[in-house]
Amino acid sequence: MAKYVGTSMKRREDPRFIQGKGGYVANISLPNMAYLAIKRSPYGHARIKKINTKKAAKLPGVIAVFTGQDLIDGGVGKLPCGWNVPNIKVPTRWPLTIDKVRHVGDGVACVVAESAYIAADAVDLIEVEYESLPAVTDAKQAAEKGAPVVHDEAPDNVSYTWGIGDKAAMEEAFKTADHIVQLDLVNQRLIPTAMEPRAAVAQWNAATEDMTLWTTSQNPSPIRLLLSAFTLGIPEHKLRVISPDVGGGFGSKIFHYPEEIITPWVARKINRPVKWVSTRTEASTTDSQGRDHVTHCRMALKNDGTITGIDVKTWSNQGAYISTFAPLIPTALYLTLLSGLYKVKGIWGEMVGTLTNTVPVDAYRGAGRPEASYLIERLVDIAARELKIDPIEIRRKNFIPKNEFPYQTPVAFVYDSGDYGALFDKVEQMANYKQLRADQAEARKKGKLIGVGVAGCIEASGPAPSAVAGSLGSAVGFWESAKLRVHPTGKVQVYTGSHAHGQGHETTFAQVVADELGVKPEDVEVVHGDTAQIPFGMGTYGSRSISVGGSAIVRASEKLRAKALKIAAHQLEAAEEDLVYDQETGKVYVKGSPNKAKAFGELAFAAYTAHNLPAGLEPGFEETHFYDPANFTFPNSAHIAQVEVDADTGEVKIQKYVAVDDVGKVINPLIVEGQIVGGIVQGVGQALTEHGAYDEHGQLLTATLMEYAVPHADMFPMIETGRIETASPHNPLGVKGAGEMGTIAATVTIANAVMDALAPLGVRHIEMPLTPEKVWKAMQGSK
Amino acid sequence: MYTPTFDYYRPKTLDEAIALLGKNKGAKVLAGGHSLLPAMKLRVAQPAALVDIGRIKGLSAIKAGKKEVKIGALTTHAAVAASAELAKACPILCETAAMLGDTQVRNRGTMGGSLAHADPAADYPTVMIALEATMTAMGKKGERDISAGKFFKDLLTTALKADEILTTITVPAYRNFPNMGGCYLKHRHPASSYAVVGVAAMVGLVDGKVGRVSLAVGGATVNPVRCSAAESALVGSAPTDDAIAAAAAKVAEAIANPMSDLYATADYRIRLATVMAKRALMTAAQRAM
Amino acid sequence: MKQSVSITVNGVEHTQEVEPRLLLVHFLRDTLGLTGTNVGCDTSQCGSCTVLLDGAAVKSCTVLAAQADGSEVTTIEGLARNGTLHAVQEGFWEKHGLQCGFCTPGMIMTAVDLLNRNPHPTEEQIRHGLEGNICRCTGYQNIVKAIQYAAEKAG
Repeated sequence: MAKYVGTSMKRREDPRFIQGKGGYVANISLPNMAYLAIKRSPYGHARIKKINTKKAAKLPGVIAVFTGQDLIDGGVGKLPCGWNVPNIKVPTRWPLTIDKVRHVGDGVACVVAESAYIAADAVDLIEVEYESLPAVTDAKQAAEKGAPVVHDEAPDNVSYTWGIGDKAAMEEAFKTADHIVQLDLVNQRLIPTAMEPRAAVAQWNAATEDMTLWTTSQNPSPIRLLLSAFTLGIPEHKLRVISPDVGGGFGSKIFHYPEEIITPWVARKINRPVKWVSTRTEASTTDSQGRDHVTHCRMALKNDGTITGIDVKTWSNQGAYISTFAPLIPTALYLTLLSGLYKVKGIWGEMVGTLTNTVPVDAYRGAGRPEASYLIERLVDIAARELKIDPIEIRRKNFIPKNEFPYQTPVAFVYDSGDYGALFDKVEQMANYKQLRADQAEARKKGKLIGVGVAGCIEASGPAPSAVAGSLGSAVGFWESAKLRVHPTGKVQVYTGSHAHGQGHETTFAQVVADELGVKPEDVEVVHGDTAQIPFGMGTYGSRSISVGGSAIVRASEKLRAKALKIAAHQLEAAEEDLVYDQETGKVYVKGSPNKAKAFGELAFAAYTAHNLPAGLEPGFEETHFYDPANFTFPNSAHIAQVEVDADTGEVKIQKYVAVDDVGKVINPLIVEGQIVGGIVQGVGQALTEHGAYDEHGQLLTATLMEYAVPHADMFPMIETGRIETASPHNPLGVKGAGEMGTIAATVTIANAVMDALAPLGVRHIEMPLTPEKVWKAMQGSK
Repeated sequence: MYTPTFDYYRPKTLDEAIALLGKNKGAKVLAGGHSLLPAMKLRVAQPAALVDIGRIKGLSAIKAGKKEVKIGALTTHAAVAASAELAKACPILCETAAMLGDTQVRNRGTMGGSLAHADPAADYPTVMIALEATMTAMGKKGERDISAGKFFKDLLTTALKADEILTTITVPAYRNFPNMGGCYLKHRHPASSYAVVGVAAMVGLVDGKVGRVSLAVGGATVNPVRCSAAESALVGSAPTDDAIAAAAAKVAEAIANPMSDLYATADYRIRLATVMAKRALMTAAQRAM
Repeated sequence: MKQSVSITVNGVEHTQEVEPRLLLVHFLRDTLGLTGTNVGCDTSQCGSCTVLLDGAAVKSCTVLAAQADGSEVTTIEGLARNGTLHAVQEGFWEKHGLQCGFCTPGMIMTAVDLLNRNPHPTEEQIRHGLEGNICRCTGYQNIVKAIQYAAEKAG
């Protein structure tokens, strides 16, 4: 029986954070360190005519100034794309641009100085002469004739097109439909806004020609690979990448960024440690952003509410350059999710990925899946209203029955497990759904605009079987690594390729190891983030750490147990099959004779003394496993929200929020609940307040936290959470991802709640964010 | 984010401060710094020198008299919010200060600093207009009083001269008068916490009817405005829902050239002003009873 | 132009010549090496840099070191006494009030100020009291619970 897995252990990483001892990159201070700052474009689109660095170079305290050309002459390479869908055009992206600036924030030069203050002063002294060019910022307009061309390499601004599903079945469904729901929608641009701005520190050892780079990354090994093979040219064995404590990522710290190249390049050039720390404004104009879809979609139904077809065409704004995994998000993580929780045959989706004069777009918490859930659950909701069916009833009518798992959707995925009926039973009961509807009817009589929003969402988490990823365009594999090193005293270190930036792996992974080996969690140390210590690992994103990284740990533990059994069998003079490895205590004993036993520590010590090992068994007690998942896992959720809309001003107040999620087996309920609630609040941010807005010149209108509205504490009531657990058969822990479900479900749940509140006024759909003005205007328009 | 370089002076007396402002062209007064320093960090403000008046004594007292309250310009928002004297004599200021910025901003930001900065989205200017407050400024030639109505000149511009320092704000101790009530309401920007629209209403009742009223709207225009048409419409009526709604409907008349931004267009600002005026007048009237 | 400042941080007085433009947060982080106080934005919104200045929570990114001359500053590093966590720190640990930990020092310092002023806040008062602090991970819920825990513990 599991002793630690399934328990709400307090986090082991917390003592350092609550005492101000977090080890973030920006905290690193090295002797003789110099400070880097980047000169960035104030234009959305402009040709660089001249760069004059003389004044900046003369400022006392400035060590050197470099332009993009200096970097190219010094050997840097182009930033590569890690997900190449067929016939994709990946336009050139240098660490600092040389010909044109293509978005506000595009880097054109850099300064290294004795202090960060001087570097900032010097940046202001760099004179760049620009020829301003017309800009394009809209995903769909970019693909229209006559749109300003962002890259000559893609004269139509189209980077790629992609489609999936059964088009003929879809067309048939719409031909024979009783009812069709049509919807045009925009899934707006978001700015991820991890609280820690990105940072990099580089130290060059001229004697050994070793480079160490500390960077705020969710995946240090792939970053090292890209630096070595493509952008920096320092070989992998001479390059150490460390991603220490990282202050949140939400996807935005997956990607390979120019500053990770420039900082070590400059450090080597001036032979001094160099530090770069992003400001918030730089973060808003250079960290990859999220979502930004323009979509036409429709749903075919029978009169009884049976969904027979879904047809989607989306233009995905990829921004000014193709970021590392950008093409993955709107293809294999979006269109493949169009089946939702439902059994629908006729699904077809197609995608146009366009280039615009905006910050590059890539994965942001949910990444493709919230976009899919948003459109499906909006369509279902509208269908329910138009067919006069209760929104939960129409969903139940279309659920994939629990006895049909594994379920093959028409859009590639095979869902692992689920019980959507039970999920909704639970959320209905927790939220007291019937009462909510009765209360709503009462409130409406008094002229109050109360809305009850429902959504049921699916996620594909834990990417991915490497071969499948490869067939879809991935340049890398998506396995994960774990090395378990048991020391002679029986203490354990876990070297994981996963990376924690808030997820609590130091706790949950220790819980898993403790149960696998029968040791105490406090005797297990989880090490991550340092390529000099960990095996090559793929890192953390897509809610993959426990399902893929955790499974690697389980498999490595199994190898250790197997070795323990061999040593114990030899020393206890028993056959291996007569031995029991007691995972509660770590003891290996002879079946029926519990006193004939070897403790875990004894076996570890024996493995290292090697005085008495079975013939041929190598000494040492350390095992590594590279785990390649058999499939994604498919967490799912049912959320209900109640909101009130101010009839005079359009302000939305959340009165109640209930979330029931199936994230498979749960290792640490405290941490999982934290992930779900945090995710919900982020999802609500998209629904109500967040919008990375550009004007027609490509100016970002929300570049600081004065304009970009992330949720605050006073927007929320206490969120109620519940769970059902259907174990995923795809991994040894039975787990599914938990990091993104909240975000995926919350956005559309709130949107549906607001539309439900406004339904008596005839409002059908409002684009997000549902700011008071937009809601008020929609109410006016309907009158 | 780093500000550009500047010279820094920390005078001990007002006279010294005024002399420093006279001597250093382009110098700015630094009080709590919560309007100025963020602008300097973004390098949109680049003053050559800062005259830090934070240590000058006698500028942070709240003195309540029978008819009026004198508030030192360096009084922090937190001190205003927590002031027992103001709660008794002029509670609308406590109400306003408690909504201003956030905890940390209230601990540092000062009333004088906020007024002298004249941000269209600030809260105090609107309330000062409604209260018909008086600003006292000290300059080379001595002290002068400026009425709130004449203090705010334009976007981020006041009647203060470059070498003048706002020292005292005088507001009526309206709770000492019979049947006076006030209310400040704010539609808070979800990111900046500034007022998208702020409405301050003062209502005085005589024999159950509105004897006097002052209504000011901030955030909609570069400086807060008095809504005289709305005020006139209400004077002489009983403060019924209908009378107040009819008066509030005239708020738009006072708003010329309304501002517009990503969050709220001109139309919506007028809508907010109208709705909030109605609500503020109702609450002020209730409080006056 | 340099300015001499003398600031007592966590009970220890530090006298330094600084540039007038040096922000208090950089004085703490770079001059004194107290990196627990973080910088998360440019515009005084996020509250990651919150410290107590003469007992009141302030955003140290919006205070010049020169303005803090002669003052007492308490940072997250100075909150635990003799190895015993402050009740608010304990609450954050007990209630899982943090994930990535970056906003945490500022959140904790703001909460300390809040409880100093109002030892028994309602949930609404706590949420209102956190309006100057942004957390992107937790959704605030467990931060509210952490502060409630600390309030209860203090009795």
